[in-house]
Amino acid sequence: MIYSSEYETMLRADLEQLQVERLQVTLNRVYRNVLFYKNLYDEKQIEILNIKSLKDLSSLPFTTKKDLRESYPYEAFAVPLRDIVRIHSTSGTTGTPIVVGYTKNDLKIWSTLVARVLSAAGITGTDLVQIAFNYSQSTGGLGFHYGAEQIGASVIPASGEEVLKQIKIMKDYRSSAIVSTPGYALHIVSILEDQGMDPQELNLSTGIFGSEPWSEKLRTEIETRLKIQAFDNYGLSEIIGPGVAFECDKHKGLHVNEDHFIVEVIDPETLEVLPEGSEGELVFTTITKEGFPLIRYRTGDISSIITGLCGCGRTTRRISRVSGRTDDMIIVDGNNLFPAQIEALLFEIEGVEPHFQIILNREEGLDVIELKVEVSSSVFAFDEIRKVQSFQEKIHQQLITSLGLHAKITLIEPKSLGRTRGEKIKRVMDLRTL
Amino acid sequence: MLKIRNLEAGYDKLKVLKGISLHVKSGEIVTIIGANGAGKTTLLNTITSIVKTTGGEIKLKDVDVTSASPDRIVKSACALVPEGRQLYPTMTVKENLILGAYTLFRRRDKKAAAEHLENMYTLFPVLKERRSQLAGTLSGGEQQMVAIGRALMSGPELLLMDEPSMGLAPLIVKDIFNIIQELRDKGKTILIVEQNARAVLEIADRGYVMETGSLILEGSAEDLLDNNDVKRAYLGRDYKDFTD
Repeated sequence: MIYSSEYETMLRADLEQLQVERLQVTLNRVYRNVLFYKNLYDEKQIEILNIKSLKDLSSLPFTTKKDLRESYPYEAFAVPLRDIVRIHSTSGTTGTPIVVGYTKNDLKIWSTLVARVLSAAGITGTDLVQIAFNYSQSTGGLGFHYGAEQIGASVIPASGEEVLKQIKIMKDYRSSAIVSTPGYALHIVSILEDQGMDPQELNLSTGIFGSEPWSEKLRTEIETRLKIQAFDNYGLSEIIGPGVAFECDKHKGLHVNEDHFIVEVIDPETLEVLPEGSEGELVFTTITKEGFPLIRYRTGDISSIITGLCGCGRTTRRISRVSGRTDDMIIVDGNNLFPAQIEALLFEIEGVEPHFQIILNREEGLDVIELKVEVSSSVFAFDEIRKVQSFQEKIHQQLITSLGLHAKITLIEPKSLGRTRGEKIKRVMDLRTL
Repeated sequence: MLKIRNLEAGYDKLKVLKGISLHVKSGEIVTIIGANGAGKTTLLNTITSIVKTTGGEIKLKDVDVTSASPDRIVKSACALVPEGRQLYPTMTVKENLILGAYTLFRRRDKKAAAEHLENMYTLFPVLKERRSQLAGTLSGGEQQMVAIGRALMSGPELLLMDEPSMGLAPLIVKDIFNIIQELRDKGKTILIVEQNARAVLEIADRGYVMETGSLILEGSAEDLLDNNDVKRAYLGRDYKDFTD
């Protein structure tokens, strides 16, 4: 079903008019209310009144993750703090998270956008939607929660319950839809199979998956093993959370909610805007957000704009499945992680050489991280194995407290990690099959 | 119905409209709210070509009417109810109304004009009673009805209204706004410029907020009523409630 058919099936010319109006309004507001943008445009001598069409957008500078971290916590908000009714934040990559504020209207719009995601996957008021995203600072849990409530579905906020409990809820409460990362769905199915349960015993018919990259192969696997139809969706907290782009039942790319976000794809090296069909970095401009509007935000996600209209009746443009990152960010069980975070943490520990390697594997749908760390010979001189173990445990605990990351720690001797010619260690070995 | 892109206008060297983009769909009530001097009246006067456009584009029913003559705008089914009503006080109600049909008379379409006049009397029964009275002797609310009736005489699809609540008692404002809603239900499309933000947002579908010649907010009337900037600036809520 098309939830907001007035907007999702708008004539392109009318949509363009709406986008220009909303873009100009947003620019007027950020210039008046957000010091970061005022300074940026003044410094670069940009006259926002010269932005007269969508094409002119490309003359504006980008907003980067770095800019937003420097605005920590509230500097980039466009309204006074007391107008904010919800605060989310990103996982805090290099130590400083990006804080995102929502006004009452932002939450209303967000719910509608997520309702579109769910409706496109066939979810209606009669569905029981089990949300297996953590209800935390990140936007996945609450974002889907409000969207599902908006369409009148029965929401089961299963959140971070452990997998057996999730399965019990799914079976006993007769959940008809699951919202999670694709990896978690695979994990559920392997546990089901271990327990000798047949997925047919469940009432599950739909899965809405996101917040980590996945593939068509994984979709087929989830669909056949869990006996459901799986839908992809795309979103990021900085822009709004889930609800930025989503799949319809044609499964031919993700429709962007263009009445609220302007999408561009750029070459991450030259920063030039790329034509439809070319792969590059996704850039979004929010055009209705009150609390935290962003102009040309570089997401770091690689995708492309799909040419032509979809057969579903929506006129919104589609992006292809996100195929990777422009930076070295890795996504582990739906959470963002930068190798630099681990590096900074290891630096603090005495006896550790700043050389390490992250090895990612996927076992039964869950990501398994191994961290190989080079340690000074003195550590190995510990004659007692217990001491080595306690050293390992120290690193392990540090990772949990600082990054919430569970990893298997392997200590190795200096210079034992394979270096490439440039004497550089390959920081991340991703052995997961997506 | 109406599509405006990057509209600029002003008086001599004073630039009043600084790139306004907005649209009104058929059958909608859209409002532009803003303080005195924001440029709201200039906007309506620019759409109707009373003030010259210096940049941008105005499209009425997909036809470019930027800088078309005022009578061509009226013939394109768009009429203005001006600020302060602008009636001829020493002429009768009927004479004032008939003036609104001058394009029909020029086409010698007296029949249509007579029909429209009857429609006005049905819409505003009080004007029928007072048709021979001088317009200047009517109450403010009745004068506003004459002004609306006069604009409707040319048979417009799009009605532009400049501060219809100005100078009227709250109860009369309610009456006038009820009439506006009734007109929409009868198929008219309406763009209202207003300072009385709360009253107009109650009846509008969508709205824009104008400040010093630029639009700074756009949204459904419901969202605008919920927006704290709008509350602070235009809905007269206690300032202390909203500021740190």
